[in-house]
Amino acid sequence: MKLDFLHAPPSWRRVLTIAPPFVWLILFLLVPFLLVLKISFADLEFGIPPYTALAEFSDHTLRLVLNLRGYALLFTDSLYVATYLHSVKMAAITTLCCILIGYPMAYYIARSEPATRSLLLIGVILPFWTSLLLRVYAWIGILRNDGLLNNLLMGIGLIDQPLEIYRTDLAVYIGLVYAYLPFFILPLYANLVKLDTRLLEAAYDLGAKPWQAFLSVTLPLSMPGVIAGAMLVFIPSVGEFVIPEMLGGADTLMIGRVMWTEFFNNSDWPMAAAVTCVMVMLLLVPLVLFQYGQTRELGMRGGRRNG
Amino acid sequence: MAKPDSRLRALALGLGYAFLYVPILVLMVLSFNDSAMMTTWTGFSLRWYHELFSDRALLEAARLSLIIAAFTATAAVVVGTWVGYVLARMGRFRGFALFVGLASAPLVIPEVVLGISLLLMFVELSDLFGWEGSNGAFTIWVGHVILSMAYVSVIIQSRVRDLDRSLEEAALDLGAPPLKVFFQIVLPLIAPALVAAWLLAFTLSLDDVVIASFLTGPGHTTLPLEVFSRVRLGLKPEINALATLFMLLVAIFVVVAHRVQNRKGAST
Repeated sequence: MKLDFLHAPPSWRRVLTIAPPFVWLILFLLVPFLLVLKISFADLEFGIPPYTALAEFSDHTLRLVLNLRGYALLFTDSLYVATYLHSVKMAAITTLCCILIGYPMAYYIARSEPATRSLLLIGVILPFWTSLLLRVYAWIGILRNDGLLNNLLMGIGLIDQPLEIYRTDLAVYIGLVYAYLPFFILPLYANLVKLDTRLLEAAYDLGAKPWQAFLSVTLPLSMPGVIAGAMLVFIPSVGEFVIPEMLGGADTLMIGRVMWTEFFNNSDWPMAAAVTCVMVMLLLVPLVLFQYGQTRELGMRGGRRNG
Repeated sequence: MAKPDSRLRALALGLGYAFLYVPILVLMVLSFNDSAMMTTWTGFSLRWYHELFSDRALLEAARLSLIIAAFTATAAVVVGTWVGYVLARMGRFRGFALFVGLASAPLVIPEVVLGISLLLMFVELSDLFGWEGSNGAFTIWVGHVILSMAYVSVIIQSRVRDLDRSLEEAALDLGAPPLKVFFQIVLPLIAPALVAAWLLAFTLSLDDVVIASFLTGPGHTTLPLEVFSRVRLGLKPEINALATLFMLLVAIFVVVAHRVQNRKGAST
């Protein structure tokens, strides 16, 4: 049973290995999330910190005040509702575009010769490592009314009026797809490159056409990669702030921007916390889907080694 | 086996990579443009580089960012390696799903959520303990460590999983204490991944606007904060020069890191 030694070392040793990072994660991630939830029920107050305490103990009574101002406003004000819907729509379209552009890329990278493959892979990873802020900024120069794209199109006589892209939703879509494309390609590539090619050969031997083999073998087997990649695009896109702020117009409603305004411009922390909580609730299903995939992947692989 | 269609392949990859790289190239070319209007080419010039290096606010912000990034990367590699090792080698344990969930949350959760929750944590801390340590650089550092730890743990986790377990088992059988096995066998074997993880954490920290906006204090403007406050309203030519230098640096970094990793990967 020496194989199990690493999995079942003396239990105090195991506890000492697992507990410190676990405590660390709880302190710095779980507790802060719960604090946001707590403060979303507080009321605005002038002072430091700028919100009221939820629980008060005086005259032998514990008074617990849950203020629903933020939530009431969120669910009744049509602007907030519209903003949430619009954010989800933008994230969904972004995800779809990433799938359409990213799937063929991941597929062909995974099917390349090993030497080419590693070069192509660097090509995807490289933007991932460079500043997102600066890369999104680069689009301003391209999309502006007097920008490169319009100059080019007018130069070749395709249009005579500049296209209004900069400061519209379209520019935000371009920015989002551009920023998140590598996040989609990488997990999908990792999945596709592990695909057992014998299955494809079997399909071909049995007379399947390439597209049939793709639809019935490659695509279903790559679904975990597609889902992981799609979640890595969709979830952060919903709450994105920098890209709509830099490329979008004043009317590009995105929830990250609204939350930012509540927090920084209106200094309404409880409201910002409520906006955040509703955003996370909205993302709960995709988040659980993503986490489930992660846990299953890790658990399954760990389990296989165990056995 | 049938080869993938070469024309489709060229089309998909060509358009995809053009989409990823044209904006970067445009930025690089424009950084040498003499015109302040930026969108029309008036001649080659290095004036924006000149201006960049005489911009004190930008240089000061860059200095602060580099310091925070170096501290972030170092701490994130320590914490992230620990987390990644637990994920790769400890099997399932009580609260495994929560552990995985928390460790990977920073990968997906919108940055504004991380930003506000960490800020509230610091505010409550100073409220509870009268702790006045909310110096901007320190809080940004903590925030960045939490963000990049998640990325580090992904890299380390997959590298540790690929290790040949028999080496560790042999050392244990020969009586080496587990801690020694970790430091003398596991760590050297994953060294290239540690370097890659350190660099990734470094660049993540160097790029973050959102978390830093929430956690910064007076007088602590990081480079992305400075850049963002300048470009959110439009184009600034000196930022093109900055971007060009930055991209070149990162490109060199990545190519070197990749070389190192490949060479090490081939020899093991």
